[in-house]
Amino acid sequence: MANADNKPAGAGRRIDEATNTETVGHEWDGIEELNTPLPRWWLWSFYACIVFAIGYCIAYPAWPMVHSATEGMLGWTSRGQLEKDLEAQQQERAKIVADLAITPIEKLPGKPALMRAAVAGGAAAFKVNCVQCHGAGAAGSSGYPNLNDDDWLWGGDLATIEQTLIHGIRQPGDADTRVSLMPAFGKDGLLTPAQIQDVTSYVLSLSGKEKASPASQRGAAIFEANCAVCHGAQGTGDRQFGAPNLADAIWLYAGNREAVSQQIGNPRHGVMPAWGERLDPVTIKMLAAYVHSLGGGEDFATVATPAQSEDQSEAAATETAAE
Amino acid sequence: MVTVLARAGIWLAVLFLAVIGVALAADGGFAIHMGIVALAAMIGVWFTVGGADYSAIARGILKMPDQSTYDDDPVRWGVIATVFWGIAGFAAGLFIALQLTWPVLNLEPYLNFSRLRPLHTSAVIFAFGGNALIASSFYIVQRTCRARLAFPGMARFVFWGYQLFIVLAATGYLLGITQSKEYAEPEWYVDWWLTIVWVCYLLVFVGTIVKRHEPHIYVANWFFLAFILTIAMLHVVNNLDMPVSLVGSKSYPLFAGVQGALVQWWYGHNAVGFFLTAGFLAMMYYFVPKQAERPIYSYRLSIIHFWALIFLYIWAGPHHLHYTALPDWAQTLGMVFSIMLWMPSWGGMINGLMTLNGAWDKVRTDPIIRMMIMSIAFYGMSTFEGPMMSIKSVNSLSHYTDWTIGHVHSGALGWNGMITFGAIYFLTPRLWNRERLYSLRMVNWHFWLATIGIVFYAASMWVAGITQGLMWREYGPDGYLVNTFADTVAALHPMFALRAFGGLLYLTGAVLMVINVWQTIAGKLRREAPMHDAAYDPAADRPILAPAE
Repeated sequence: MANADNKPAGAGRRIDEATNTETVGHEWDGIEELNTPLPRWWLWSFYACIVFAIGYCIAYPAWPMVHSATEGMLGWTSRGQLEKDLEAQQQERAKIVADLAITPIEKLPGKPALMRAAVAGGAAAFKVNCVQCHGAGAAGSSGYPNLNDDDWLWGGDLATIEQTLIHGIRQPGDADTRVSLMPAFGKDGLLTPAQIQDVTSYVLSLSGKEKASPASQRGAAIFEANCAVCHGAQGTGDRQFGAPNLADAIWLYAGNREAVSQQIGNPRHGVMPAWGERLDPVTIKMLAAYVHSLGGGEDFATVATPAQSEDQSEAAATETAAE
Repeated sequence: MVTVLARAGIWLAVLFLAVIGVALAADGGFAIHMGIVALAAMIGVWFTVGGADYSAIARGILKMPDQSTYDDDPVRWGVIATVFWGIAGFAAGLFIALQLTWPVLNLEPYLNFSRLRPLHTSAVIFAFGGNALIASSFYIVQRTCRARLAFPGMARFVFWGYQLFIVLAATGYLLGITQSKEYAEPEWYVDWWLTIVWVCYLLVFVGTIVKRHEPHIYVANWFFLAFILTIAMLHVVNNLDMPVSLVGSKSYPLFAGVQGALVQWWYGHNAVGFFLTAGFLAMMYYFVPKQAERPIYSYRLSIIHFWALIFLYIWAGPHHLHYTALPDWAQTLGMVFSIMLWMPSWGGMINGLMTLNGAWDKVRTDPIIRMMIMSIAFYGMSTFEGPMMSIKSVNSLSHYTDWTIGHVHSGALGWNGMITFGAIYFLTPRLWNRERLYSLRMVNWHFWLATIGIVFYAASMWVAGITQGLMWREYGPDGYLVNTFADTVAALHPMFALRAFGGLLYLTGAVLMVINVWQTIAGKLRREAPMHDAAYDPAADRPILAPAE
């Protein structure tokens, strides 16, 4: 600490009247400095912070050495903490996960408690993996289906949803992915632009968006010849091909002339990832339960492919057991 | 004559290189930047050749500036530049706050959030804050050394060179040229340019201290020197990179992965520590005692807190990387050094506030001192908040949330902004030889608009940040996450609107300052009931003339 005492005394040092404190004796452009001692509370707080810092360094990993850093008395590591937290979480859910792993998805509706847990877990997984496309409320947006309604492209029972989740839609490299490829009637010259406008009129008339007109009557014939094979004679769609129902008020892109004629002329084909490659079977089962629970879930009409489902749940059970 | 020729030659060489740069440019952005450099070099040639007094040179007379006054031209330009860039930076800040509230305002591609955000931060930190620091350091070092600036030509180069740096950085952001390092976004050639300017700044500053007529170096100059030296070191190390092409704007950094992150936050945190803290403490150590007309509270405290601050700040950077891939030991050290930093930071606050001992009445009567005191209060608050947020358990809630944004702005708007406004109001009448400011009442209005603006800003961001942090970590009874990210964004919307309102108030206050400074320079005085202001004696505001050698 600077001690003014070993300098020639006098030289501008004076007692400041307002504070009754001596100045140091220097002056710069009229600025002087008082020789006030360090405030005690300040000094002791500073010392306390230093003591805390030393204590913290003893308790936690702190100082780098030649090969590794000091580990700290508590043996704490951030990775260790994370593992412990994750393990605690996993243990909390272990029973439900195990139950879900051995329960085929067809049996899930028969176990309400397990179903509820699956829906809760699915909701969380949905927030992490699905909201980016389908939206936080699962209401979708242009090109991404709304999952809250009962209009399904491929089917809305638990097993079908699960199948869609596992293999995705138009996922390259997945042999079982769902594929529907509507021809590009305009781009590939299958229909003339005038014909496309006529079909558009007809399609829009199916849901009452446009009134019947000569154009829509011409379009009906074209529809019959080109579209009905997938979309059905009444335009109500066919889940076997993933062909959308054109006679309702729900549209994947938009229900106006521009969007519909674009989709006929040069259709867009959205892709959903095959989540089976990224998520474990139980999470996918949970996601299926959640999506099913959103409002449009359908009961099992017929047992579609029980053999396949059983295979899957067996595989899942084996996997879980192996873990 | 030789000097004129040498200087013109340097500018011509720069012009030549810049034109080659335009011709060979690997990308459009680089071509535009080299065009700007060429333009600047042409202006440099013009002023070198056109501004020389040839008849005086011919007669062999060296034109000597008036040695009996301080060399204040760069300070005057600096005050105007500070006000100008301040408005630009605040307006950009308000606009991006509105973009966050109403995303439709993102005008692609040049005026989207991601390009305007670095424009805002660089404009307020480096353009507004940097000009305030350069101008006030040139002013203060002359007064406290009783000597004129050491290298007058170089001081002018520092000012204009720094403006060129700002223009290159800002246009680069809008063109999409960025290193993507926070507060160090400009690309390699802009970094090199700034390095040259900064070394010249150091030479002017140290040169002036060396030729001082005072036996001791005033505390403000310690802080300025620490600021200039440390920023030079930080800037060079954090910008060690390899250009992809010498005529292209892209480069890759030397440090990668977690090392790169650590170097970046060593830089980033000390940009706060040495640019926004040490540099502005230097301003505080001069303008507060001058405006209060009181001695500094404690010389001893200034020494201890200076060295403690300088020693501790440089290690605190890792607290920006809590709970990341950074090793645990480095996180620990970042945290404990931040906590030890609390009292050294507060040393400056105590010395600033307690300097008012014996003159506390001036907080009531003098709007400029009120502004400075509020600034120091915000300094104290944010230097408490900082160490608190560096504690890992607090950080696990606050990190990545708007709390950080609120913390930064209570420091930037409150501390840096208010002390700069105070300095500008102190400097303007003195630099332009005016009896007083155009209006002290408008300073009062500016004070209240800025203070209420900060309160809206900081309070809304505290609420937003804590809301965000709690929503992110919320688990339901089933042990699963409750909220999606989009849910948290939706919850913050009203807070974002309040923040923008706070920014609007702050900008409005700054517009009042523009009017006030403008009218003062124009020589006008508003007729109003007088308020207290510090006395000024122009006769004493002169350097000590060197004895004839």
